[in-house]
Amino acid sequence: MLGLEKKDFRLLLIVIGLTMFAPFILNPFPEGSEMAQFNAGYPDLMQRFVIFGIFAIGFNILFGLTGYLSFGHAAFLGAGSYGAVWMFKLLSMNVLPAIAISVVIAGLFSLIIGFISLRRSGIYFSILTLAFAQMSFALAYSVLTPITGGETGLQLALDDPRIFGVSQTATGNIPVPALFGLEMRSSFEWEVGAWLFTFNTGYYLAAAFMIFAFYMSIRIFRSPFGMMLRAIKSNQTRMSYTGLNARPYTLAAFVISGMYAGLAGGLMASMDPLAGAERMQWTASGEVVLMTILGGAGTLIGPVLGAGMIKYFENIFSKINETILHTWFSFLPDGLEDIVVAMIYPFIGKGWHLTLGIVFMLVVIFLPGGLVQGGQKVAGLFSRKKPEDAKPNATEPAE
Amino acid sequence: MDQFILQILNGLDKGSAYALIALGLTLIFGTLGVVNFAHGALFMLGAFVAVTVSNLLTLSHKVVDNTRTDFLGNPLQVDVPYLYDLFGQTTGDAIIDWAVPISIVIAIPIMVSIGFIMERGLIKHFYKRPHADQILVTFGLAIVIQEIVKYFYGANPIPTPAPEAFVGSFDFGVILGFDPNAIIYPYWRLVYFFFSIIIIGAVFAFLQFTTFGMVVRAGMADRETVGILGIDIDKRFTIMFGIAAAVAGLAGVMYAPINSPNYHMGMDFLVLSFVVVVVGGMGSLPGAVAAGFLLGILESFASMSQVIDILPGINQIIIYLVAIIILLTRPRGLMGRKGVMEE
Amino acid sequence: MSKSNFSRRGVLKTGMVASAGLALPQYLRADGHTGFTNAPGDSEVILGFNVPQTGPYADEGADELRAYELAVEHLNGGGDGGMMSTFSSQALDGTGILGREVKYVTGDTQTKSDAARASARSMIEKDGAVMITGGSSSGVAVAVQALCQEAGIIFMAGLTHSNDTTGKDKRANGFRHFFNSYMSGAALAPVLEAAYGNNRKAYHLTADYNWGYTTQEAVQSSTEAMGWETVNTVLTPLTQTDFSSYIAPVLNSGADVLVLNHYGGNMVNSLTNAVQFGLREAQANGQNFEIVVPLYSRLMAKGAGANVKGIFGSTNWHWSLQDAGSQAFVRSFGTKYGFPPSQAAHTCYVQTLLYADAVTRAGSFNPCAVGEALEDFEFDGLGNGPTLYRGEDHQCFKDVLVVKGKENPENEFDLLEIVEVTPAAQVTYPADHPQFAGGALGTCNPGA
Repeated sequence: MLGLEKKDFRLLLIVIGLTMFAPFILNPFPEGSEMAQFNAGYPDLMQRFVIFGIFAIGFNILFGLTGYLSFGHAAFLGAGSYGAVWMFKLLSMNVLPAIAISVVIAGLFSLIIGFISLRRSGIYFSILTLAFAQMSFALAYSVLTPITGGETGLQLALDDPRIFGVSQTATGNIPVPALFGLEMRSSFEWEVGAWLFTFNTGYYLAAAFMIFAFYMSIRIFRSPFGMMLRAIKSNQTRMSYTGLNARPYTLAAFVISGMYAGLAGGLMASMDPLAGAERMQWTASGEVVLMTILGGAGTLIGPVLGAGMIKYFENIFSKINETILHTWFSFLPDGLEDIVVAMIYPFIGKGWHLTLGIVFMLVVIFLPGGLVQGGQKVAGLFSRKKPEDAKPNATEPAE
Repeated sequence: MDQFILQILNGLDKGSAYALIALGLTLIFGTLGVVNFAHGALFMLGAFVAVTVSNLLTLSHKVVDNTRTDFLGNPLQVDVPYLYDLFGQTTGDAIIDWAVPISIVIAIPIMVSIGFIMERGLIKHFYKRPHADQILVTFGLAIVIQEIVKYFYGANPIPTPAPEAFVGSFDFGVILGFDPNAIIYPYWRLVYFFFSIIIIGAVFAFLQFTTFGMVVRAGMADRETVGILGIDIDKRFTIMFGIAAAVAGLAGVMYAPINSPNYHMGMDFLVLSFVVVVVGGMGSLPGAVAAGFLLGILESFASMSQVIDILPGINQIIIYLVAIIILLTRPRGLMGRKGVMEE
Repeated sequence: MSKSNFSRRGVLKTGMVASAGLALPQYLRADGHTGFTNAPGDSEVILGFNVPQTGPYADEGADELRAYELAVEHLNGGGDGGMMSTFSSQALDGTGILGREVKYVTGDTQTKSDAARASARSMIEKDGAVMITGGSSSGVAVAVQALCQEAGIIFMAGLTHSNDTTGKDKRANGFRHFFNSYMSGAALAPVLEAAYGNNRKAYHLTADYNWGYTTQEAVQSSTEAMGWETVNTVLTPLTQTDFSSYIAPVLNSGADVLVLNHYGGNMVNSLTNAVQFGLREAQANGQNFEIVVPLYSRLMAKGAGANVKGIFGSTNWHWSLQDAGSQAFVRSFGTKYGFPPSQAAHTCYVQTLLYADAVTRAGSFNPCAVGEALEDFEFDGLGNGPTLYRGEDHQCFKDVLVVKGKENPENEFDLLEIVEVTPAAQVTYPADHPQFAGGALGTCNPGA
C-alpha cells in the first residue's frame, strides 16, 4: 500500500497512530497529581518531539545509509530557521512560504557544503562539515549580527515591512505565525475527569510533516537509490571498480538530509518565530548524532525514538527541583527523606546532564543497536522469533 | 615587525597547549584505534588536580577573631591553614605558593591510574566496535566526568595562580634591539612552552629509543603480527593509554595558572584538539605536533587588529578555515597515512 | 462548560473539580472570562523561575534561584520578611499575593535562547505560570521577553545588562530592574576621570556580540566626552579562552588604559591574562597603566582571584551597602544560606517583590493591570535608594555603584569595595537616546 511493503506499511500506521494520539499518550497522569511532573503532553514539547524527529530522520538518511558522519548538520537547521523568520518579517505570517523557503535555503546551503566536504571521507569528512558549521555559528553570532540578530537571535519586530499582512495587529502586537488564519499556537483543551489533554494546531501541522518525512524516508530506504547508498557504506572501493561514481549518490543523500534539517528549522521558526545562532553550534550538531545513535542508526524508527528521549530529558528532568523531590518523599520519616532526596538530587534539576551522560553510556554499552535493539530484545522475550529475523537490516550497526 | 615577532611567540605558546592535547589524542588513536571524546575531560581533570592540591594545602581550621566581624556582624572566623601550624607562616605560604608545580608530581600517578581505569574498565570493550559507538560512549563519559567535577567544584572558574616567582613578563624587545615593552612575554607562559617541548620530546624519545616504544610502534603499524610474535601488545597499549592520559593531565595542570580552571574547559578544547589532530593527519604524532603549532601561530596572527580591520570576523573562523584549506589540498592532513579513518 | 472553568488550572491542581466524564472541547485562548493567560485560581499562584542551571553561568543561576526561594518564603509570610519591611510600598502583608499562596516552578535556560524559550513555554503551557523571571544574559532575556509578550505573560528580567533589553528589543510585557551599559559608562566616566585624569588613551577589547557592542559604545562615548582618546577597539570571539594574542600588543599600542568589555568566563580569562602580562605594573605615556572592567560581578571577580585588586568597574548592587534595605536582605539571605547574596540574587529578589507588590496594588494578575501599576512607579527601600520604573521603556532608574577590587580583602566575599554611589540623575537618559534607538514598546498583551 502506498508503494510500501506490508511490514513497512504497518510501521507507518503505527507512527501515524502514535503521533495522532500523542496528546493522550504523553499525558498519562492526571493533572495535579504528583506524577504530573512527568507529563510531556504540552504543545511546546510535543512540537519539539516531532520537529527533532524530522531532523533525526533526515540525518539518518545520510548517516544510517551511507555511513558518512556529518558533524555539521545543525548549520542547515539554523540556516532554515533564519530563512523562515526572514519570510515572516518580509513576506507574510503564513507558515507555508516560510517552510518552503527554509527547505530551499537549507538545500542550497547543503549542496555547497556537501559538494566540498564529500571530496573527503571518514573522519576527514566529519571535520570538514564540523568546520563549516562552526564557521557559520561563529559568524552568525558576531559579524553577521545585522542579518542574524547575533546573540539575541533573529526575531520579529513591530515595524517589519510585511508585504502581505499587517505589521501589527489591531491591539498593537506582533501577529503570530498561522496557516491561512489558523494560528500555530492555538490549542483545544479537553478535560476528561482529572485529565487534561491539549490539542495544538502547530503540533498537528508539524506531525503531518513528520509523517510525510517518515514516509519519504521509508521510500528512500527501500528504493534502488537507497540500495546504492548502502553499497557505498559497505564498500566504496568495490563500487568504484564496477564503474560507478559514488559521489553523485552521496551528494544527493547529503542534500536530501540537509533539506530535512531545513524543514525542521522552518517548522521550529513557525512554532516559535525566533532563530538563535546556538542552533548551529557543534553541540547542536552533536545532539542529532547522539539522537540517531541512541535510537539506532540505520533503522527507520530509531532516530525518532532517540530524538524523543533526549528532548524528554532536557525538558522534563531539568525542571524537577529540590522542593518537588521533598514533596514526593514527604511520606518518609524526616531524616530518611533528606537522605533519599540528597541521593537523587544530583541526578535531576541542574544535574540532568549527568543523567543524560549515564544513559548514553549505558545504552551504547549494553545496546549497541540503540533503543530499537532494546525494543527488539524485549519483544524477543515474548515471541520465539529471534530479533535478528524480525528486522534483517535494523541491527546493522553504523560505521 | 615587533608585532610580528610577538605574535609568533604567542602562537608558539598557544600551539604548545594544542600540541600537547593533540599528542595524547593521537597516541590513543594511533595505538588503540579509539576515538576518545573524553580526552578534553582528562585535560580538565589535570587542571583540577592542581585545584585540589592547592585546596588541600590550604586546608584550614577556624580561629575566631573578635576584633573583626563577618558580613552578618558576627565575630569573624579566620581560616588558618594547618600548614601554618606545621611549618610556620612563612614556610607555609611558600609551600602554598608553589601549589601548581607540586601538583605536577602528584598529577602523574593520578592521571596514569585514571587512564588505566578508563582503558581497562571501559575503552577495552570498544576496540572492535564502530567509531560512532566509541564517540558516543566516550562523549557520555566526558559529560559524566565534567558533571561530577561541577558537582564538587561549582561552575565558576577557580583561580589557581602560578608561584610568585613567575609573575611578570620577560622583555625580549630589549634584547632584540626594540623599544622596551615592545615584545614582552609572561614568565609562566614561557615555562609552559618549554615544559611542553620537554614532554613532547620525552614522548618521542620514549617511542623511538626504548624497546617498549619499538614494540608499541610495531603494534601501531601491524597489531596482529606483533601479537603472533607472542608479545602481549594489549598490556603495552594499556600503558600507552595511561601515558596519554598523563600527557593530557600535565597539560591541564600547567594550564591552570594561565586560565582559571572551570568544569567545561575540556569541552572548550575538545573540538579544537580534534581539528588539530585531523589537520595533522590521523595517527601521526609529528603531524599532531606540527599542526598544533601551526594553528596556534595562525590564530595569533588572525587576532591582530591590523588583520581584523581588513577581514572582520577572521579571528572567529581562522582555525576552521585553515582546516578546510589543508584538508582540501592534502587529503590526509599534513602527515596522515593512507587508509586510516577514511571509511 | 461548568463554572469551574474559571481559572481552571489552579482549580484542577487543588483537586476541587470533580466534573467527571467528558467536558466539551475548549479553546485555550477563549480563557475569555478572565481576560488573560493563566489566570491563577483562588488558592495559589504559580511563578516561573527560569535561570541557567547548566553551563558557565550555573553558579550565578543557582544564586538567583536561592533569592527566588527566599522571596517566595517572604511573600508567603515565612522567614524574617527581608526587604518587605523596608520597602516603601507596604502593600504586601505576607499572605502570598492577593491572598493566594505563592508556588513556583523552575527551569534551565542553559544560557541559550532556544532552551530558555522552551523552558519558559513549558512553564506557561504546562505549569500555568502567570509570570516568568530570571536569566543571566541579555540574549536569553531578550528572547524570553519576546516570548512572554506573545503569550501574554509578564516578564521580570533577571541579570541583563545590554542596552537592547530596554532599547531596541523592549517589549510592553517586559520589565528590567538591573542597570545597563549606558549607565555603566555614565557612572564610570567621572570616577575614572578623578582617578586617572582626562589625558588618557584607551584600548578596548570587546566581546563580539550584542552586549559587548552596547557596552563598548557606552563606555567609549562617555570617556571620550571627558577627553579620553580611544586608540583601538578589537572584537574578541565569545568562545575565546586564551586572550594572550589580544593582550600582547596592548602595551606597545600607545594606550595607557585597557577596557575589558567582557563578562563571565571571558572577563575572568582576559583579566587574568592581562595581569599575567604585567599590565598592572606597567608604565605607558609616563603614567601608570590601568585596566577597567565596565561590568563587575562578585561571583566572577572570585574566579579572577587576586587579579581584580585595584581595578575599577560598575555593579548594580553590593552586599556591603549600609542602607536598611540592603542590610535586611543580606541578613535574611546570609542567615539562610551562610554567605552574602550576589547582585544577580539581589535583582531577582527585588523583581519578585516588585511584581507581587504591583499585582497587589493593581488588585489583579492581569498583565496589563500589573504593567500599569509598575509603569512610572517610584519606590525606595530595596537597596538602591529612590528608584523609578520608567513607563516609557520599562527600565529602572536608580543609583549605580562604582566599585574597585579590594586590595586587602578581609574574607572570601570581601572582594569589591564601593568607590562611589553615582546618583540616579547622573545616569538617567532620555528614552529616545541614540544608544537605545529603534524598536518600540508596543502595547501590553494579556494573551486572551
